[in-house]
Amino acid sequence: MKEELIVSGRMNHLIDPQLHIWHWHIPLYLFLGGLAAGILFFAALYTILGKEKEYPTAVKIAPFITPIILVVGLMALFLDLNHKLYFWRLYTTIRLQSPMSWGAWTLMVVTPISVIWCALNIKEIFPNWKWKYEFIDELDAFFRKNLKTLSWVLLISSLILGVYTGILFSAFNARPLWNTSILGPLFLASGLSTGAAAILLMSKSHHERLAFARIDLMLIGIEMFLIIHMFMGFLASTQVHIDAASLFLGGPYTTPFWLFVVTLGLAVPALLETLELKGFKLPAMIAPILVLFGGIVFRFIIAYAGQVSRWLY
Amino acid sequence: MAVDTKKCVGCSDCVVACQTENNVPIGYCRDWVTEVTDGTYPQLEIEIRSERCNHCENAPCVRCCPTGASQFAEGGIVLVEHDRCIGCGACIASCPYDARYPHPDGYVDKCTFCIHRVDKGLKPACVSVCPTKCLYFGDLDDPNSDVSVVLKKRKWKTLIPEAGTRPQLYFLI
Ligand code: SF4
Ligand code: SF4
Repeated sequence: MKEELIVSGRMNHLIDPQLHIWHWHIPLYLFLGGLAAGILFFAALYTILGKEKEYPTAVKIAPFITPIILVVGLMALFLDLNHKLYFWRLYTTIRLQSPMSWGAWTLMVVTPISVIWCALNIKEIFPNWKWKYEFIDELDAFFRKNLKTLSWVLLISSLILGVYTGILFSAFNARPLWNTSILGPLFLASGLSTGAAAILLMSKSHHERLAFARIDLMLIGIEMFLIIHMFMGFLASTQVHIDAASLFLGGPYTTPFWLFVVTLGLAVPALLETLELKGFKLPAMIAPILVLFGGIVFRFIIAYAGQVSRWLY
Repeated sequence: MAVDTKKCVGCSDCVVACQTENNVPIGYCRDWVTEVTDGTYPQLEIEIRSERCNHCENAPCVRCCPTGASQFAEGGIVLVEHDRCIGCGACIASCPYDARYPHPDGYVDKCTFCIHRVDKGLKPACVSVCPTKCLYFGDLDDPNSDVSVVLKKRKWKTLIPEAGTRPQLYFLI
């Protein structure tokens, strides 16, 4: 049998023996981006459908956490940059070929809208709220008049944000594990699912809870389907892709992935939500917390395992 | 650039020359030597390669850079404009050859083919210093350049062309 031994003289500690360029910041940023995208998507969707009354938490309450989530996410991204003083350079160019670039721009659209959304609904939380300046009242009235348009913009940009969190990875053909376009829809589904979970955690209306349990169940199903497809795609591809898949099929990421992401993050909450829909009384917090936990672990695992996976030469 | 794997002895002079010429911080490198041993004892074959950025024609590092700091200079050399780089690391993750590193000053750095020397009509530091003269540099579009001539005469390969980046570093075999 032919054997090969490769000794590289390159000794850049952040690269050898494996890439260490992205740490906790990027997966956290992607998790928070997906979560915010999920919450805002449902808020916009039910506004467009005219179901604000039916789903008050999704439309009016849950969006209040999104500006905070987005700002924390952006801060994580900022901390990850090595050349921080030049941060503004992100916003002097639009480079459509670079997901990092259009992701940054999408956040530039989503974050202000999330703030506007909160401002419009502030009376839900502080019933006696009064804006100090008249022009804010005018703005308020303006956005209220154009609420449908605003919702459409939010709906579309939150979808882009959700897909972007996955595309950021899949644009890198240098890391076979990331280099699958399934990561886009998969991260979108996972982001929507974590959004639905956050709404479940906050909702007090039984009707709304059941609706979101149903939505979440469907999203979990889609995620499972996409995960299976991802592995099928890898296993039917080149050696480097097979190696990438084997990180999860016997390799070092097997246990964390199948136990934390698939079992605890998807299968168990799916089971709990099914039981809840069947009318069983269960502690309501468990399933959504598990979904959120699975979502964050999933992003960490993909970020770290992707940096292990590489081309052989 | 072309690297003659039959002549390279792996002395790492190119690495040291580059580190001196370009003030590469200690613990990092823009070029490096890889040794590949093939076969089963006692039938072993060894290939020694001086490696660096491939200045890919379809460079993913340029494509994914959000600020345009990673760019093609005239003649196809891939460069990083330091004060446009935000240090996001996207290009490092996108390079299948791991040819880039984050400079401690924040920006990302890599082989420039010593463009500051080439502009003056000199050769890159690694090429000038190589004691076995195994590195060939020049304009691939010019049929009479050192590199074009040697590529016509010899058999060559590029590294992982299947990664789809159209690498422009040729290894003579
Ligand atoms: S070798 Fe890497 S850094 Fe150099 S041009 Fe190709 S992808 Fe970019
Ligand atoms: S680290 Fe710098 S050169 Fe690399 S992609 Fe980011 S901004 Fe561009």
